[in-house]
Amino acid sequence: MSEAETPSKDEASEEEIPEESEIIEFPSPELLHGVPVSHSRGQVVLHPSRDEYVALVASLREIGYWICVDLCGVDYLGFGPQRNLPAGIAEERFEVVVGLLNHGERSRVRLRVQVPESEAMISTLFHLHPSTENPEREVFDMFGIRFEGHPDMTRILMPDEWIGHPLRKDYELGSIPVQFKGASTTR
Amino acid sequence: MTITDLSTLDAARTRLTSDGSVLRLSETEAEQKSGYQAPTEEGLGERMIMNMGPQHPSTHGVLRLILEMDGETITRSKPVIGYLHTGMEKTGEELTYLQGATNVTRMDYAAPLFNELVFSLAVEELLGIEVPDRGQWIRMLMSELNRMTSHLLFMATNGMDLGAVGMMLYGWREREEVLRFFETVTGLRMNHNYIRPGGVAADLPGGWQADLSAILDIIPDRLAEFDLLMTGQPIWRERLQGVGVLTAEEALSLGATGPLLRSTGYAWDLRRDQPYLKYDQVEFDVIAGTFGDCFDRYAIRLAEIRESMHIVRQIIEKMPEGDYRSQDKKVTPPPRARIDESMEALIHHFKIFTEGFKVPEGEVYVAVESPRGELGCYIVSDGSSHPFRMHIRGPSFVNLQTLPHLMKDAFLADTVAIISSVDPIMGEIDR
Repeated sequence: MSEAETPSKDEASEEEIPEESEIIEFPSPELLHGVPVSHSRGQVVLHPSRDEYVALVASLREIGYWICVDLCGVDYLGFGPQRNLPAGIAEERFEVVVGLLNHGERSRVRLRVQVPESEAMISTLFHLHPSTENPEREVFDMFGIRFEGHPDMTRILMPDEWIGHPLRKDYELGSIPVQFKGASTTR
Repeated sequence: MTITDLSTLDAARTRLTSDGSVLRLSETEAEQKSGYQAPTEEGLGERMIMNMGPQHPSTHGVLRLILEMDGETITRSKPVIGYLHTGMEKTGEELTYLQGATNVTRMDYAAPLFNELVFSLAVEELLGIEVPDRGQWIRMLMSELNRMTSHLLFMATNGMDLGAVGMMLYGWREREEVLRFFETVTGLRMNHNYIRPGGVAADLPGGWQADLSAILDIIPDRLAEFDLLMTGQPIWRERLQGVGVLTAEEALSLGATGPLLRSTGYAWDLRRDQPYLKYDQVEFDVIAGTFGDCFDRYAIRLAEIRESMHIVRQIIEKMPEGDYRSQDKKVTPPPRARIDESMEALIHHFKIFTEGFKVPEGEVYVAVESPRGELGCYIVSDGSSHPFRMHIRGPSFVNLQTLPHLMKDAFLADTVAIISSVDPIMGEIDR
């Protein structure tokens, strides 16, 4: 956590963000790189809006977060407890979670972007980090979240003609008829 | 480590996103276009769409490639995956945290202990429990041995793919020596479910040092044989050197990790750079290549087997006494002897295995260095005994994105060498 906080100071001084949070807990959310930040088990989590998302990843890339390690989706439908979000961030059904890695400082940050069910769409990171091509396709396949500007927004794990997005919480578990069962054979 | 600056990274990124080495065709389109094509307007001659796999001995399982060929040269290509997709992330949401390890261990079946390890580390991070020293050292011992078996398997398949058919026997033979040790420790050769949240399933059996020393005595000589059979051979070098070249900047842009990244000369290894377990207390070298080609990737893995043995020797010396699992009653069942004499212990045992233990709410991402690169686990907990979301960042899944770039302008015969050198494990890619 301590090493992860170092980039914040450089960035804060650049952008004049009142970040040093000896402030009491509630008045305004703590900011890091200009977006609300929270901490989960000592890991730094940033909460940009969908509009801030790409610009934030781009500016993080400028300061050394060169590698987009991981990108995945979460469907929070039916999540019981209160989510650990900074004040001012409205809960939505889906989240796109992005892990960025800074080799120079050996630190990681995680981005959690809220994506509403009514408009399950977010900009792609492909042009910033080509490494997100497959993970974004997977999130589209599994959650039905579209990535605008992605060069190949098709299913990756499920067959092309598959209906539904399996990792959604309202996607029912159960067996499907096996394709080859009962098929006529020449024998 | 070669620190590249952002402008070279930008250049690599532009090259990768615009060089058109990825064939972006759906399966149906590819089918329609398969066979000979009329000359394209660029006048590059006849292009042909060819299908390779999924049932092909050199595709390491069920990897399918759609290749666009210009004669013998590959112009564009696309890996098609999903043939082994069994919804393991969805399954993970249905299983308790204790059962979860049995699920994840089946992802990367060549390195199952790493999957268990990363899952357990993530759960422990959420629980906030500390594993006793001996447990951590045992985990480290087992992971290093697993790295050896995984790389030995690579030696076998890589040799086989390139026509050194004898390697298929020798690689598996050496791997078997270590698997036999796994069997004495965990009861199983693969898919052990040995590393669990809270520690490991059982302590090391008596005489484990002797068993290991015997293995460590055999393998160096066998590796010397590998060197004789492959490393110095002109045919072997011809097939691998300068084939499938990747630069450090390209590897970083594509998110490549593990030997694939290190072969470019960029020495990034989580064991050293973001230490977990007790890796800060053992001495080892991070092996890096120079040219980023298939030969470097082969040589790195061969050298990593030796490094792992070096670590294992240190672990044998330094293995502390103590508990092999956390004594936190919440996650660890009471010892077998207690169950016979105490009703409460029996109930407690029953509860842990039927209902599972509850994990406090939160979300966490943990990463370890698997033989293939960064293996990550992202868990969201809602406070119940099942993960709300369990995501595995499989290194093969991300590394696979380098394939079209590695294969651009390569010969068809080289695809086999290139696929093999990326060392993809389909169980982990498709999950």
